[in-house]
Amino acid sequence: MKNIKIALIGNPNCGKSSLFNALTGLRQKVGNFAGITVDKKTGYLQLSRELNAHVIDLPGTYSLYPRRIDEFITFDVLLNPDNPSHPDVVVIVADASNLKRNLLFCSQIIDLKIPSIIALNMVDVARKNGLAIDTLQLAVDLGVKVIHVNAREGKGIHDLKRAIQTAIPVPERYFVEVKPLCPEVINGIKDITGVKSDYTAFQIACHYINIFCFNVEQKGKIKQLLERHQFPMAKLQGEEILKRYEKINPILERCTSQDQSKQQALDTTAKIDRILLHPVYGYLIFLLIFYLVFQAIFSWAAYPMDAIGAGFSWMQEALNKNLPQNLVTNLLVEGVLAGIGGIIVFIPQIMLLFGFISILEDTGYMTRVSFLMDRLMRKVGMSGKSTLPLVSGLACAVPAIMSTRGIENWKDRIITIMVTPLMSCSARLPVYALLISFIVPDERLFGIMNLKGLVMLGLYLLGWAMSLLVALVMKWIIKAKEKSYYLMELPIYRRPRWGNVGITMVEKAKVFVMDAGKVIITISIILWFLASFGPGTAFTDIERKYADLQPAGHATKTETEDIIKSEKLGASFAGRIGHFIEPAIRPLGFDWKIGIALITSFAAREVFVGTMSTIYSVGSTADSDFEAIRDRMRKEIDPITKKPVYSAATSFSLMIFFAFAMQCMSTVSVVRRETKSWKWPLIQMAYMTGLAYAASLLVYQLFK
Amino acid sequence: MKQPHSVVPLGKLRAGETAVIVDLEKGDLALKLMEMGLLPGEKIFVDMVAPLGDPISIKIGNYLLSLRKEEANAVLVRR
Repeated sequence: MKNIKIALIGNPNCGKSSLFNALTGLRQKVGNFAGITVDKKTGYLQLSRELNAHVIDLPGTYSLYPRRIDEFITFDVLLNPDNPSHPDVVVIVADASNLKRNLLFCSQIIDLKIPSIIALNMVDVARKNGLAIDTLQLAVDLGVKVIHVNAREGKGIHDLKRAIQTAIPVPERYFVEVKPLCPEVINGIKDITGVKSDYTAFQIACHYINIFCFNVEQKGKIKQLLERHQFPMAKLQGEEILKRYEKINPILERCTSQDQSKQQALDTTAKIDRILLHPVYGYLIFLLIFYLVFQAIFSWAAYPMDAIGAGFSWMQEALNKNLPQNLVTNLLVEGVLAGIGGIIVFIPQIMLLFGFISILEDTGYMTRVSFLMDRLMRKVGMSGKSTLPLVSGLACAVPAIMSTRGIENWKDRIITIMVTPLMSCSARLPVYALLISFIVPDERLFGIMNLKGLVMLGLYLLGWAMSLLVALVMKWIIKAKEKSYYLMELPIYRRPRWGNVGITMVEKAKVFVMDAGKVIITISIILWFLASFGPGTAFTDIERKYADLQPAGHATKTETEDIIKSEKLGASFAGRIGHFIEPAIRPLGFDWKIGIALITSFAAREVFVGTMSTIYSVGSTADSDFEAIRDRMRKEIDPITKKPVYSAATSFSLMIFFAFAMQCMSTVSVVRRETKSWKWPLIQMAYMTGLAYAASLLVYQLFK
Repeated sequence: MKQPHSVVPLGKLRAGETAVIVDLEKGDLALKLMEMGLLPGEKIFVDMVAPLGDPISIKIGNYLLSLRKEEANAVLVRR
């Protein structure tokens, strides 16, 4: 059995991902290129009984000149023979309806002298636009095989597979001779590096600093060589592109014929754009679509999420009942199982959001959203593409941050990631709902407006405003890493491909569970440990105390158990930390009990409510938990001031704290996964906690 | 006032106008624009201006390209 490596490359929107899906189906996996945030999509394909292929889907790029990190990846994989993904065969996917621009990239790849084959896609769209292509002539002119495929409908895949099986030769001639542009430099680089192709040498001259495969000595030599000949890089690159187009134009004349009267695909798109990009209807439709997406991850996802929650509770209960009561069981049930539940519960939201994103991208609508929103978002240091993550953040920051992958510009993306958790997510709702009743009476303003509703709305607006404000500040602080442009193709409108949508949904859920899951489990176990263990004999003391008391018993068994639980939590490490940080949170109006809840609710904001019920030992007394906790909290008197703990000032301060603080380990974990470092999640946690502290301090001191 | 044969930056054109590219301002952006098919001599049609006034979308060759006005201004065109 032989194994070969195939790389798929091509312009964005050329149908590369569809072809990848058509070739590999579900036998694909998403990894990462070492140490970089670029997804590495690989798949497996059996070509024949003797021949297996690993297919890698390289990031789409318009030319070989890399600017962004993902373009550097494509560049390195193709030029660096030591790169583990360096292909034996390159399949260049070209969009027939956009042949001229696509041929530029094709011609560059041909000149690298790697065995290549062109998969000519979207011939159907070209035909609708009145463009007929003579594929045979095109293959002759380019010097490489050209295969017709229709990736959407899975046509031509068989031909492509068969073509790959036959040995694909290295292109014989250069499409464009670059040697005359700078003969000394090209010869010099060939001597230093041993590469054979003139064009590869030319590319090395342009980008040697960022190519990973050369050692310091080689790079030094290249540097000297370029200085000696005063290599005018930008000028030569421009000349190279012009030379390519000079050769592409006559080829297009020979190989294609254009019926000018037919521009069906483009005309239809232009017509739809008149509506979707209309100053009034355009924004209305945009609001409607985004509201639907928001509804989906906010409301629809709640059903499967509740079911998952209930399922895990049932499992925990069942295990608790049937396993011997010991430390291992406790770890398994309260630490590990709770952690796994905390991961799985995100899957409905992630799948729904990415289902929608996939549809919006497939149809071509997503680029229109950028077109509508770019000017507004640019003012605060983000781009039109930040709109969807921010709106999704209103439901949950975890899938929202995963969806920032679509933002190519590194700085725009980092800023979007940094501010998304400030949007008021659904996990804040139970916390707000609990606290709001301590501030506002259940009354209506002017008979119609629910006061509680108004406060809630205010909190949402506060989240919006703060995220835009922070984005504005970060725009000034964060330095751009790379040159980047807005320039973006507006693809023609097409029907979504449900197969692709399904694959994206599954893949994103998998990535989240595998990558972000580890951190979530770890933190979950740490939090379990902090809340379940106390220093020294603290826990056994409590148990003994109540064991002695029980015979006297005026309290029922469950009530006693609740009290034991509560006292244990107070004596646990988490309780100790709560006591320890009390002086720091006193100025915010918080006591040590709230301190404990702040620590445990780092798992997820809504845990706050559960912790409160444990602390005030109302855990299992009433069916209507929520009201029980609320009533109990209302009675809580501060031992020092002799006033209710949950005064309006404290409750308000606590709400503000939850509005701004990064009380969510899943977000931390997903930010780490998306930025590939601990740096950004830590900065984010620091600034959000700082912001929350300062704002709560201000609020408490003003209102107390 | 419309001047029929004046050379202007692309960003100055209004929706519905047709023009021919004369030159590109030198630099990395020019390279990127050329990659996207904006070459001297090519005909472009300004398809739309975004409702907020920026970016714009143009038809070049057989496709629609959207770009910000500041980027478009690196392209000099003759109407």
